Amino acid sequence: MSEPDAAPRQETAVTSDAIESPLLEVDGLRKEFGGVVAVDGATFSVAEGSLTGLIGPNGAGKSTTFNCITGIHEPTGGRVTFDGQSITGLPPYTLANRGLVRTFQIARELSEMTVIENVMLAPGGQVGESVIRSVTPGLRGDVIEAETAVRDRAWETLEFFEINHLAHENAGNLSGGQRKLLEMARVLMTEPEMILLDEPLAGVNPTLEEKLLERIHELRREQGLTFLLVEHDMDVIMNNCEHIIVMHQGSVLAEGDAETIKSDERVLEAYLGGDV
Amino acid sequence: MSTVDSVRNRLDTLPDVGLVIGFIASIWAVMLVLAIAVGGANWANLAAGFIGSVTVLMGGYAILALALNLQWGYTGLFNIGIAGFMAVGAYTTAVLTAPTDPAAGAVPGLGLPLWVGLIGGMVMAAIIGGLAALPALRLKADYLAIVTVAFSEIIRLVVNWNGLAEVSLFGVPFGTGGATGISFKSANEVASTFINGVGQPIVAAAEGVGVSGPNLANLTYGILLLLVVAASYWVLARITNSPFGRVLKAIREDETVTQSLGKDTRRFKIKTFMIGCALMGLAGVLFRGQAGYVSPQQFRPTITFYVFAALIIGGSGSNTGSIIGAATFSGLLFYLPARLGENVSLGGTRAPGNIIDAVAGLGSLDPLPLLAYTISNISTLRFVLIGVVLIYIIQNQPDGLLGHRNEPATSVSLDRPQSGSGGETDE
Repeated sequence: MSEPDAAPRQETAVTSDAIESPLLEVDGLRKEFGGVVAVDGATFSVAEGSLTGLIGPNGAGKSTTFNCITGIHEPTGGRVTFDGQSITGLPPYTLANRGLVRTFQIARELSEMTVIENVMLAPGGQVGESVIRSVTPGLRGDVIEAETAVRDRAWETLEFFEINHLAHENAGNLSGGQRKLLEMARVLMTEPEMILLDEPLAGVNPTLEEKLLERIHELRREQGLTFLLVEHDMDVIMNNCEHIIVMHQGSVLAEGDAETIKSDERVLEAYLGGDV
Repeated sequence: MSTVDSVRNRLDTLPDVGLVIGFIASIWAVMLVLAIAVGGANWANLAAGFIGSVTVLMGGYAILALALNLQWGYTGLFNIGIAGFMAVGAYTTAVLTAPTDPAAGAVPGLGLPLWVGLIGGMVMAAIIGGLAALPALRLKADYLAIVTVAFSEIIRLVVNWNGLAEVSLFGVPFGTGGATGISFKSANEVASTFINGVGQPIVAAAEGVGVSGPNLANLTYGILLLLVVAASYWVLARITNSPFGRVLKAIREDETVTQSLGKDTRRFKIKTFMIGCALMGLAGVLFRGQAGYVSPQQFRPTITFYVFAALIIGGSGSNTGSIIGAATFSGLLFYLPARLGENVSLGGTRAPGNIIDAVAGLGSLDPLPLLAYTISNISTLRFVLIGVVLIYIIQNQPDGLLGHRNEPATSVSLDRPQSGSGGETDE
C-alpha cells in the first residue's frame, strides 16, 4: 500500500467554523441520565469524505455522543442530521440501512459465530432474510445466488483486512486486535457512507495499529468513505485527522486542524487540569 | 476421556440423517431386547407396544425440542411457556374438529376436517405467541421468560374455566369442556383407520406373530409422528441455514450489534417466536392430544421443563442435537426406566417398604433389598436420574451432545471460491 500518512491535510481545507458539504451535523445535542448531563449541547459537523477526530478527557461525553448519533440512546434534546435528513432518535437499524454505521469501544464480535458468518451477517437487504424465500423451494434460487455473492464479497473483505485465514474460526477465539479488524470488516460489508469508530485502536499493538490506519486511509481514498474517530492516542489523532473536535464536560470545547488544537490553551487545560 | 467425549467423537463422524436414524434404531433395539427378555411367548406384542410408545414420545419431544431450539437455541428467546402454546394448538384443533353432535355430556365442536383443525391450531398458537412476544420485545430478554410463563398459566386456567366449557356464538355451540376436557377426532384415529384399511395385509401379518391391533396402530402413529419430525427438521434446517438464521444467531449473541448492522431485530424475533409457537401448537395436538382428548391437566408447566431438559442434553443451537436430545430424554431417561421397573424383578427378594429398610440391608452386606427398592420405585427415581444427567451435562458438556458443532447459518458452502490459479480441483 502507499504511505497513508501522506493523505491527511492535503484535502479541502477545513476551517473550524465553516465546513463545506457536511455529511453529519450535530446541533445542540443533549443527553441526560437521571440528573447527570452526559452531553450538554454538543454542536459539530463532519465533512463528507473526511477523517474527523473526536477527542476529550474521560467523561467528556464522547461515547454518549456516539450512542446518541447512532440511535443506541435517544437524545434528550438537539438534532442530528445525516446526508441532509434528520436522523434524530431513529433506531440503529434504520441508520445502518441509510449508510451510517459504527464500531464499538470494546470489540463486540458475535463470539459463537464464525468469522465469515460475522461478516456475512452485515450486508443490508439480503433476500434470504425473508423466511418464506429461504424455505420455499421455488423461491430459494434467488437466495442461493445472493448468498454466493455475499460469500465472495465476504472473502474479499476478509482478505483486505488480512484475517481470511481465520474465516472458519469462532469469532470468540480471536485476539483483541483481530476482533477490531473483524469489526471493521463487518461494518464495511454494510456498504456504508460513513463509519463511526469508537476507539478502534485501544489495546491494539503498533503493527496492527499501522495496518488499521492504512486500511482507513485506503477506504477514504478509494471509496470516499467518511470517518469519525474517537481515540485516546493523541499522536494518532494529530497525525491522521485533518479535522479535530475536542469535547469537554459534554460540549464542544474546540474545533480545527491539528495545529489549531495543539496551540489551544483551553484544550491543554481540559486535559491537564489547568496545570500548564 | 469421559464417556460423553467418546460418544461425541463417534457421533461426529456420522452424517446427520444417519446419526438420527441410527440413534432412534438403537433405542428401538434396546426396547426389543427388553421385550424379548421379559415378554416370554408374548414378546412380539410387548416389543410392538414398547416401540410404539417410545416412538410417539420421541416424536412428540423432538418436535417440541426443535421448536424450542429455534426460539432459545438459535435466537436466545427464553420461552418457558411451552405448555401454554401447546394448549392453544391442541384446544383450537379440538374445538374446530370436535363433532357437532357429540355423545351425551360431551362438548360439541365445529365438526371441521382434521387438516383444517391442525392448520387452525398452528395459526392460533402462532397468533397467541406473537401477542405474548409483543409486550416483551420492548423489554430485556428475561422479561420474555416471565411473560411467557404467565401466558402459559393464563391459558391453562382459561381453558379450565367453567365459563368457557360450553358457549354459543351466533347460534353455534362449542367450548373447551372446562376441567373435564374435550374429545375430538384425533390423528391417532386417522392412523388407526389407515392401518386397518390400506394396511390390512400388514395387520394380518402382525397378528400372525401376536402383535395386537391397537399396538400396531400406535406404532403406525409413532412412525407418522417421526415423519412430521422429519418435515419440521427440513423446514427448520432451511430456516436456520439461511441469512434469516444468521440474523437469529446474531440476536442471540448481541442484539445491539445486530441492530447496528441494520437488522430490525424486533421483526426477526416476533417471526421466530411465532414459527416456534406454531410448531409447539402442532405438537400439542399430535402428542398431548394423540388419544383424541385434551384436558387442562395435560398442559402443566412440567412439560415445558422436560423440553428444556431434552434440548440441553442434545445441545441447544443444533437441530440434529434437538432430535438426539429428545430421543435420549424421552426414550432412555423417561420411558426406559419406567418399563424396567415394571418388568424386572429380583427373583425372591421383595422390595422393602421404605428407604430405611432398604439401606438397612447394606449393614448385613446384602445389597439386594436396596436394589429391589430402587427397581420398584424407579418411575419416581428416574426424575433423580434426569436431574443427575442434567447436572453432569451442564458441568462437563455445557454444549450438550451436539451443541459444540458448528452449523454455519448460510445457504451455501462458505469455503473460499476457487479462483482458478493453483486451486486444487474438487473431485
